Amino acid sequence: MKDTGQGPQAWFDGEAGPVVRPYAMTRGRTGTGARHRLDLIALVVPEPAAGRPGLDRKLSPEHVEIVERSVRTPQSIAELASGLDLPVGVIRVLVGDLLDDELVHVTRPVPPAELPDVNILREVINGLRAL
Amino acid sequence: MAFGRSSSSGPSDRQGTPSADATAGGAAQAAASGPADPITLKILVAGGFGVGKTTFVGAVSEIRPLRTEEALTEAGRPVDDVSGVERKTTTTVAMDFGRITLREGLALYLFGTPGQDRFWFLWDELAQGALGAVVLADTRRLADSFAAVDFFERRGIPFAVAVNRFDGADRYPEGSVREALDLDPSVPMVECDARDRKSVKEVLVTVVEHAMTMATGAPEHAAT
Repeated sequence: MKDTGQGPQAWFDGEAGPVVRPYAMTRGRTGTGARHRLDLIALVVPEPAAGRPGLDRKLSPEHVEIVERSVRTPQSIAELASGLDLPVGVIRVLVGDLLDDELVHVTRPVPPAELPDVNILREVINGLRAL
Repeated sequence: MAFGRSSSSGPSDRQGTPSADATAGGAAQAAASGPADPITLKILVAGGFGVGKTTFVGAVSEIRPLRTEEALTEAGRPVDDVSGVERKTTTTVAMDFGRITLREGLALYLFGTPGQDRFWFLWDELAQGALGAVVLADTRRLADSFAAVDFFERRGIPFAVAVNRFDGADRYPEGSVREALDLDPSVPMVECDARDRKSVKEVLVTVVEHAMTMATGAPEHAAT
């Protein structure tokens, strides 16, 4: 509720979300064809082509920001959504574009109904204990 | 147990991922993850509204708990395909999450599940590929945890119950809490202080150990 106090004309507040509807950034797209759904913890990892700035003029500022953030350190879909302050669905579409352009790839998290390797679980336990 | 909304879409609904290679060339690229790609895992933190999920996540996360919004179609996408998505009426649900980097290339994400019952259908997505779950419980409102226990039981997701010690809340013997929650004897139950990092770490270790037992040992958890 941070945008209140704009006087009587303030018909929206922080809770209402951004005034520009988020899906405007995806040009109205809510999905990206046949591609599988990107998991919240799928990491977006830059491809070598991502290192060349200004490579592609048709990228939106949001696309560019996703690439830049992932170059700094691979980012999960959830982190990108939070960092760019956009809904997860929007990030999925934008990352989908970057996949098509081969600027990034995404890691595939553990498939559903399959537990990770026992050695990894052991590593997790030890890692937690060592925190 | 006011539950049942999400039961229409089981985890098996979204098995179609291998087809990514068969689609467009760009998508095939997506599947070709290099060997050095980091591994990410997730643990869900569930429980009723106000039981301390955000505090719990914040106690161990190396980042300030982040908040992301998921746009949702109402009442449970039954299957994850694109048909019908075009005409979605969205609500957004805020999810809190945190991250723990265990080593270079291995990160654990914690997701606080939305507390309100009307967002149950989101859990299916969150539960996909989850390593395990914590059900946070408040002994003053144990009934708030029923739905979460039920959810993870049905899906065979390893979970532990962590009773959050609230100041001023009465302590009950473990047996009576177990009984009230109708817990399977194999499900670990621990007390915790969601504000305390060490305590939260112990809860997480308990969950992962339980997950390991379920992965390696005999299936002590009979399928329902």
